[in-house]
Parts: sequence; C-alpha cells; structure tokens
Amino acid sequence: MGERSVLLEGLRAYRLIAGMWVRSSMTYRTSFVVTVFGNLMVTGLDFVGILLMFSQVDSLGGWSLPEIAFLYGLSVTAFGIADLVLGSMDVLGARMRDGSFDILLVRPAPVLAQVGADRFALRRLGRITQGSVVLGWALVSVDVDWSAPKALLVPVMVVSGAAIFSAVFVAGAAFQIFAQDAAEVQNAFTYGGTTLLQYPPTVFGKDLVRGVTFMLPLAFVNWVPAAYVLGRPYPLDLPRWASFASPLVAVACCALAGMAWRVGLRSYRSTGS
Amino acid sequence: MGSGRLYATVAAGSFRRYATYRAATVAGVFTNTVFGLILVYTYLALWDERPHLGGYDQAQAVTYVWLGQCLYATLAIQGGGAEKDLMERIRTGEIAVDLYRPADLQLWWLAGDVGRALFQMLGRGVIPFAFGAVFFPMALPTSVTPWAAFVVALLLATVVSFAIRYLAALSVFWLMDGMGVNQVVMITGIFFSGMVLPLNAFPGVFGDIVRVLPWAAQIQMPADVLMGETDPLGAFVFQAAWAVALLAAGRLLQSAATRRVVVQGG
Repeated sequence: MGERSVLLEGLRAYRLIAGMWVRSSMTYRTSFVVTVFGNLMVTGLDFVGILLMFSQVDSLGGWSLPEIAFLYGLSVTAFGIADLVLGSMDVLGARMRDGSFDILLVRPAPVLAQVGADRFALRRLGRITQGSVVLGWALVSVDVDWSAPKALLVPVMVVSGAAIFSAVFVAGAAFQIFAQDAAEVQNAFTYGGTTLLQYPPTVFGKDLVRGVTFMLPLAFVNWVPAAYVLGRPYPLDLPRWASFASPLVAVACCALAGMAWRVGLRSYRSTGS
Repeated sequence: MGSGRLYATVAAGSFRRYATYRAATVAGVFTNTVFGLILVYTYLALWDERPHLGGYDQAQAVTYVWLGQCLYATLAIQGGGAEKDLMERIRTGEIAVDLYRPADLQLWWLAGDVGRALFQMLGRGVIPFAFGAVFFPMALPTSVTPWAAFVVALLLATVVSFAIRYLAALSVFWLMDGMGVNQVVMITGIFFSGMVLPLNAFPGVFGDIVRVLPWAAQIQMPADVLMGETDPLGAFVFQAAWAVALLAAGRLLQSAATRRVVVQGG
C-alpha cells in the first residue's frame, strides 16, 4: 500500500467516525445547541478579559486593541480548527490506561485517523466562530494600508496556524503513549500556546520569544507574519522573508509530529491485563 | 468524638486517592507554571502601562498571578473536584447508597473535597508558587501573622468553593445530566474568582458587583489577606458569611432533592 492510499484511507476512516459522532450528538438537538452556546461563552471569556484590560489602558506592550484583536483572532481561529479536527487527542491517555486503545490497533484503519475522530464534537465550532468574529472585527478596525500580499497572507496564516497547532496535538498524543496519564502537559502547549499568542511578543521575555520561535515555532502562527501585515518590528529581528515562511514551518512541524507519532506507536506496550 | 474521626478518615482517603495520580500531578505542576509565566508577563505589561492598577504594585500583581496558579487546582476553580463524583453518583443512582450511610451527606462530601484540596495544594500548588517566588519579585510578608491569617482565609475559601460546587452538583437531581452545569461552574469560576484579572482591577460598578459575589472569597480574599491589602477580620467575616449561606442553601436543596429522589436504573 503506498503513502497516498494510506492517506486516502485515513481520511475516509476519519470521515466515517466523525460522521457517526456528529449523528449521535444531533440526537439531542437542544442539548447540542446549549453546548455550542456554552463553548462560545467559555472561549469568549479570555477576550472579555482582554477587553477588561483595555478598559483600564490604551495599549498593552505598545500594541492597540485592534492589533491585539488581530493576534487573538488568528490564534484562536487557527487553534479552533486544529481543536475541531484533532481535539480528542487528549483522551488518548485514558484509552491506554483502560486498555481500549488496543481496539483501535486491531481495526483495519489508520490509528491516527481513529484517535483524531474519536468523540468528534461539532460543538468545538464555537471556538472557531468566536475567533473569526474577533478576527473580522480586527480586520476592519486595524489601521493597515491593505495590499494584495497582506490580504493574501491572512488566510495563509489561518491555514498554516491550524497545521502547526495540529502538529502540536499529534506530537502531544505521541508523548502520551510514553507518559500515560500526563495529558495536562499537552494542555500547556495547546491551550497555553494559543493563550500566549493572544498577546504581542513585546510583552514577553526574550528567551520565551526565542523558545516559541526556534524550538516550538508557534510564533509562525501569527506573531511573525502579523509583523508584516501590521508593519511592526519583527520579533528577534528576523529577516522580512520570515513572514512568508509559515507554510514551510507548518509542513516541517507536521512531518516531525508524524515521525514522533510513528515512533510512539511502535513502542506502545499494552497494559496486558 | 467518633463522627469527627469518620470525616477525618474520609478526608485522608481522598488525599491518598489523588496522591496516586503521580504523573498527572507532575503534568499539572508543569501546566500551572507555563500558564503562570504567560500571565505574569501580560500583567507586568499591564501594570507597566497603569502602575497601581487596582491598588496593587507590580510585585503584588506578580504575587497574585502565582497565588492564582497555586489555588487553581486546590480550590477546583473550574470544577473537577468532589462535585464531579457526586454528579456521577446522582446520575447513576449510586447516591442511594450514600443516603443510607450513617453520616451527614454534605459533611461527607465536604471532608472528601478538603482532602482533595490539601493534596492539590501540596502536590500541585506549592511548586509553581515557589518557582514564581524564585524568578520574579513578589510581595510576600516576612512575619508570621499574615501567613497565619492567610491559612485561615484559605480554609474558608475551600469551604466556599465546595459549597458553590455542591449546589451545582445537587442540580443534577433535577437535570439528570451534569454537562451544562459543569460548563456554568467553569465559566463563573474562572471569571468571577479573578483568574482572568484580579477582581480589584475590574472597572466601575461591574467591579463593585464582582467583589461582593461569593467567588471573591476564593482567590481575591486570600491574596489580599496575604499581602496586607485588606483587614483580615473583615475578610474572614465576608468569607464565613458566604460559606454559611451557601452551605445552608445546600442543605435546603439537599432535603428537597432527597424527598423526591428517584433511583435510576434499579
């Protein structure tokens, strides 16, 4: 079986499993609407926090509210897409502890697709909706001289950002194969990462910015490309072309995460009870 | 006193139960430290722009952040304490067994939650707090009295936190499913406890309102007592009043619920 057919088969399996979970959540329609609304509220709270801060100040780290809303919208929308597609990865540890992970291994479908689609929840659309609303507001209120490259960069950022966050989810899942009940470490990088990116890089210490640029390249989700769009100084004096490197960084991250996943899967030992 | 020993045993059992999740505890320490770092930097930027926001100086704002990370799991700010087990027992009907025990239902669950809180404090809270104290300037008292007052405020905060979540859990008697309630606990807990921003930095009338709600007893009060920003006695009265009111409401709801208890799945 070639790489291509494995990919197609994975997508097919993902679609089938996700579809099953969507149908099951649609059985209780009212409950579904309530949870979508709840999700919208939960994710909206951190933006309310930013608004509260701006009720006291005019700028944060030298950035205005629309500029920070731009960072926020990009970070939350990209993260929301990754969370919708692969957000169930954090139940992997629980599945390994209770032994139900073994069931996924014997099914004739790629394990990653099965784990990703596990408990697929459309309610996670709440986060994407909330992020895009803030991003939309930021796009019209930010003081930018729009040009074609700047406008094109926005959707590229969202897609690359979603891919970078997806890679973090997969790498986190691979880590869970070793660590078993340490799902919270993953939260530090996923939820922590998206929270970090909601604020401008000028707020954080140099070492932290270096870490999320060169070690875990989250800065390419929004900080670096947004510097070009907003005409801001580049974090760490990166060259101008770095603003357009997000898709390359995303591909590299996904390749590395895929490798980590394979290594993790190969070293998996069942609980064996 | 015999019954006192019973609840102490329940608390100790709960402490031991949480102590078995070692990897999860280490992971929690890591996560709280990362979130503390992110928050500290944003608060410093905020206080840079507006010195003395909410009456805090920079060192006090930093202290508030690490205290919040320390108390996050201890007080189950976003839920996930004893109330989660209680909801599950109500949903499955196992609550009937609890009702037959020769023990007070509310005290039984309070004891379990106190044991959990104590473990989370020692296992998950102390290290991020110490990390913050080592790497950032903090406003910590050097005499014993404020620390002693802080311990009392913390104890009262634990009871208020439990009382809120106990009420939430009892609602499952009527709702049959805890998912929506858990979400409400999460939203209100994070926002009104002051995890997003210290409550004294909330502006205007909105700020006045959030500062008298019971959630203010959880992080804001212990923090202000520790940093000498409020009169400890006043803080204790505020916390104790909410604790008594909420526990009493819990008793009322509990007796209403048990009168109409329908055991699921017999």
